[in-house]
Amino acid sequence: MMEIMEGSHAVARAVTLCRPQVIAAYPITPQTHIVEALAEIVANCELDADYITVESEFSALSACLGASAAGSRVYSATTSQGLALMFEVCYNVAGMRFPVVMSIVNRAMGAPLSIWNDHQDSISLRDSGWMQFYAEDNQEATDLHYVAYKVAENHRVLLPSLVCFDGYIISHTYEPVDMLTQEQADSYLPPFKPYHRLDADDPISFGLFASPDYYQEFRYENDQAMRRAHEIIATCGREFGEMFGRDYSGLVEPYRLEDADTAIVAMGSLCGTVKDAIDELRDAGKKVGLLKIRTFRPFPAEEIVKFLSGVSRVAVLDKNISLGSKGAACLEVKDALYGSQIPVLGYVLALGGRDVRKKDIAAIVDNAEKGIGDIFYGLREELLK
Amino acid sequence: MALNLGCTAKPGKSRENKTGSWRVFKPEFIHDKCTQCGMCIIVCPEGCISLNEEEYPVPDYDYCKGCGLCAEECPADAIEMKKEEK
Amino acid sequence: MTDEPCNLFDVGHRACGGCAAALAAKLILEAAGSNTIVVSSTGCMEVFSTPYPETAWRVPWIHSLFENNSAVASGIVASLKRQGKTEKVIALGGDGATVDIGMLCISGAFERGTDFTYICYDNEAYMNTGIQRSGSTPYDASTTTSPAGKCSFGNSRPKKDLPMILAAHGAPYVATASVAYPADFKKKVEKAINTPGPCYIQVHAPCCTGWGFEGEKTIAIGKLAIETGLWVNYEMENGEIKKVKKVKRKPVEVYLTEQKRFRHLFKPTKKEEEIAKIQQIADRNAERYGIDIVLKK
Repeated sequence: MMEIMEGSHAVARAVTLCRPQVIAAYPITPQTHIVEALAEIVANCELDADYITVESEFSALSACLGASAAGSRVYSATTSQGLALMFEVCYNVAGMRFPVVMSIVNRAMGAPLSIWNDHQDSISLRDSGWMQFYAEDNQEATDLHYVAYKVAENHRVLLPSLVCFDGYIISHTYEPVDMLTQEQADSYLPPFKPYHRLDADDPISFGLFASPDYYQEFRYENDQAMRRAHEIIATCGREFGEMFGRDYSGLVEPYRLEDADTAIVAMGSLCGTVKDAIDELRDAGKKVGLLKIRTFRPFPAEEIVKFLSGVSRVAVLDKNISLGSKGAACLEVKDALYGSQIPVLGYVLALGGRDVRKKDIAAIVDNAEKGIGDIFYGLREELLK
Repeated sequence: MALNLGCTAKPGKSRENKTGSWRVFKPEFIHDKCTQCGMCIIVCPEGCISLNEEEYPVPDYDYCKGCGLCAEECPADAIEMKKEEK
Repeated sequence: MTDEPCNLFDVGHRACGGCAAALAAKLILEAAGSNTIVVSSTGCMEVFSTPYPETAWRVPWIHSLFENNSAVASGIVASLKRQGKTEKVIALGGDGATVDIGMLCISGAFERGTDFTYICYDNEAYMNTGIQRSGSTPYDASTTTSPAGKCSFGNSRPKKDLPMILAAHGAPYVATASVAYPADFKKKVEKAINTPGPCYIQVHAPCCTGWGFEGEKTIAIGKLAIETGLWVNYEMENGEIKKVKKVKRKPVEVYLTEQKRFRHLFKPTKKEEEIAKIQQIADRNAERYGIDIVLKK
């Protein structure tokens, strides 16, 4: 059913339809609208859940860990500083293989303090063993939550998942969203069947320590689970498409890439702007296309090779940077294309909420054609004397 | 021996670790002196003392670490710590 | 010896011989029974009981991180409620995990009125990492990060009074206990888990390795702590002290001389002033809690 919804509210509704039993979240801009909406939903008995108003994000994810271990589907949401505070627990959740799903309303990391959007927060967790999905618009932000739960809870995966969408750009903007009904959600996402849980009838000890004789193999198994997730995401995404008409089987999504000279690679809401820019550039005779990365973990290396083998150059847009090195997507795309002779040029842009317009995309394509890359795009030179 | 997903374990595995091998001193239970108060069973940090058919305490020497708490706390002085001959 | 194990805290764990924490774990599960979920923080009790693939726990048990057992417990309690399950939730942590790094989570869990019991085994330092000073280390105790030396008498601060802090959070039942009085401890555990809301027990757990005495003396040392007034066993209900263990008090010296961690107060010379300060702490405890037995004329 189509509704005009603020991104946060659409996500809150989708989460409600997923029937989490325990929600533990701590308020932080720009996530607050989600947790407020959920609090109201619970207070009005529209969702049968325990809503724990925890004392910090660290405790939020810890409470989710506990509830998941006890056998409940759980939910949390955070961003930036909050996610950073959860860092220790994130590794714990992934290592213990609890299928927690958490929304990340992408926001820049301080210092300097910034409440505006970029991808530094979730990207900084890419080593942690959490799957990562990036939504292009309110619809994707909504739908990816159902898919994330289904994939995470699959016993061949059992990895937690971040569903990332851009702060303010998605969270606080109104767009038409096709919401599922409770019936539809239930038919796609059955009740949580834990692999194991805390239960006096079948006692298990969780969270043992692993000596050097065992640790490496546990990490290997987690890595294998992340690789298996690739196929499970495709299956669950395809199923969603078959049931509701929006296909999420691709970890990437090409746009006008078939005969492209220059391929742009990007994640998140930026893709919307890039698509519009591509249409204009195409009208002006430039053969440009986009490869949207929707799943960053597991990283779709095969798809990168498959879709980009035919292009003359790749311009990777990163709303994040590993200081002193490059943006995360640029490095991974380069790695995937190693061996081909295709130049991969990285552009760090839109940090801390700086706006990106169609003409910026055109300028970047221009730079790429001239071989100018691996730069911070759009610096205010007058501030840098 | 496949790994348990997420680093878990089921009850019972600690029994494979026979901590009795740690012992230097071994408690000897003198049942003639024992008043069957049960104190040794209560204070043993291993929980390895149990009652035999006559309801006298008997330690499980597979696990007894020889810490001496039972001997120290026995109100009847019915337990003696003796250096173990290995 | 039958093949049927009857202890919920099993043999084969790797605690030091005479370990009070191991004794505490055994007593806790004897009191709580099998319908219990235990949430442990990182520390001695967790490490000596669960090296993969071994576990000494015969109840459902979870260890997450050093400082978050109260938060994890909050999540478990919520989940159990949703599922209509009846297990009691006990969070276990050492003094370091509880009064220092875990303050955020324990305060939050208690403020929210979480229906669980937190039991802190207080061995008065970060023992698992090698005897470092915690907020619960007593005045003048020598630890590796508060060592006695040419210009130091050891730890320069008194113990943090977490029982009072949690009573101020509105905890319906707060108690202190000692492994030296096991029956009393078990009674308190039973009371705590059957009192709705967040309950707290701090159990004194003399550490032979960390304090410097023979493992067989664990209970004797625990008794001396109480008899000198440096540890007080009491119960609080809704913030009011209801029951206190009274003693015929002994001077603090008889407790201090038994432990290597206080040896610097006696050797090479006796530090009368410092011992007097410790005596003052005991005297203040005596006054505050009313522990002295007063014989009626």
